Amino acid sequence: MNVIMDGQLIWMLSGVVGLLVVASVIGFLLGRGITDDGKRAVIDNLNARTRSWWVMCAVFAVAVASGGVGSIILFALMSFLALREFITLTPTNRGDHRTLFWMFFIVIPLHYYLVASHWYGLFSILIPVYVFLFVPLRSALAGDTANFLERTAKIQWGVMVCVYCVSHAPALLMLEIPGYHGNAKLLFFLVLVVQLSDVLQYVFGKTLGRRKIAPTVSPNKTWEGFLGGVTCSSLIGAGLWWATPFTPLQAGGMALAINLMGFSGGLCMSAIKRDRGVKDFGTMIEGHGGIMDRIDSISFAAPVFFHLTRFYFT
Amino acid sequence: MSGSRLTISRVVSSLTRLTTGATARWTGSEPTATQRVYFANHTSHLDTLVLWSLLPPHVRLLTRPVAAREYWNASGLRRFVANELFNAVLIARPDQAVGEASSQVALASRAFSAMLEAMAGDHSLILFPEGTRGNGTTMRPFKSGLYHLARKKPGLEMIPVYLENLNRILPKGELLPIPLLVSVSFGPPLYLGEEESKNSFLARARHAIEELRV
Repeated sequence: MNVIMDGQLIWMLSGVVGLLVVASVIGFLLGRGITDDGKRAVIDNLNARTRSWWVMCAVFAVAVASGGVGSIILFALMSFLALREFITLTPTNRGDHRTLFWMFFIVIPLHYYLVASHWYGLFSILIPVYVFLFVPLRSALAGDTANFLERTAKIQWGVMVCVYCVSHAPALLMLEIPGYHGNAKLLFFLVLVVQLSDVLQYVFGKTLGRRKIAPTVSPNKTWEGFLGGVTCSSLIGAGLWWATPFTPLQAGGMALAINLMGFSGGLCMSAIKRDRGVKDFGTMIEGHGGIMDRIDSISFAAPVFFHLTRFYFT
Repeated sequence: MSGSRLTISRVVSSLTRLTTGATARWTGSEPTATQRVYFANHTSHLDTLVLWSLLPPHVRLLTRPVAAREYWNASGLRRFVANELFNAVLIARPDQAVGEASSQVALASRAFSAMLEAMAGDHSLILFPEGTRGNGTTMRPFKSGLYHLARKKPGLEMIPVYLENLNRILPKGELLPIPLLVSVSFGPPLYLGEEESKNSFLARARHAIEELRV
């Protein structure tokens, strides 16, 4: 395992630490002298989110800095935990037991092994083709036909979103981009932009939000939050061009694509949560909910960013 | 109570909570060391372990699961877990024994005295009144042990517990578990009414668990 001591990566990291320091200070200042219970709850949640951000950033920084293997292990673990939350929330039958065992303990390790070994061809079709066909077969062999199509579709969807889509983030490490080294920075760029966009949409939504985009799906998503968050985060993305193979304009365009996809991911996962009657996918990350609540935007943004980069820059 | 048992119990329960992601929800009761009977739906071999792991350490050491002797005596490892870890009250299940109706009655009364004896001090019990594991959709009819305990010990708190998802993690007949998230709901205590009949009390107990299903 080679530790990456890339100057640009260190700059990006320092920027993130700076942001967290600012967020922590603001949270502390906002919390002083507030007695109103409703406001108190919002500020407490804000501070819990910031604390969790420190932890998440530290974990991510260590994974990225430890080179390819660290990032791949981290994302494999996130896929595992996300699929666990997803399937917990999705009713499956007794007949799916062994199918699910395969998904958790065979498909996830195998798929991430393909990422680690840079086997792009099989990486891109393992889940959409082979696992897609395997899931109904294994469940059919178990002999339970009740809601067969529905159950199969749920498992396929969970594996596509939690494993296949999410894995396109560490898959960035396998791209060979002429004249560019240190793809870890590209991974950092994706995660930073998509998470900043989430945070900024939250901040703009809480401060200026009036008009709801889809009140039945997600009452917290407003046009003001969306436009403010996406614009700011795309501009920040453009400002990070120096760490990517892109020109400033291209970096801005990529960031915009990432943000729009990230927003879509968040919206679709909210639809699932509303349908199942829950607020969050889990309770693992204080203030945020579950792993799936945190990576919903990455799961939609990663494949699109991966393929845009692969198509235009390799 | 040996120190090593405390350590092992802490390690095992922490590992269980970590791997199952289990969370406890207490409504209408608190996790205290009050003597009580926790009674839960039974769908998986993991039920006892999970319920026990979610109790606070000092309560856990005072809480003894009631379990089937023929299962827990079947191997050295199971015997160790039942005796050293859970400090389980092992009973022979009446309906599992072949033989005369009179010997069934004898077994049932022996099982009942073992439970009473276990509660002579300040220990609490974990009980699965269905007597055996169900399929996870509907609960089996309750055995009457719960009612007899309530009659023998007036004012005893009966805490209903609903274990969710355990039948999906390790259903009956499967060897390998899948890693889903478990949630466990503890409800408000149930007491036996003064003139309450056995059937009415057991029906109420069953209903109390179903109420916790969200």
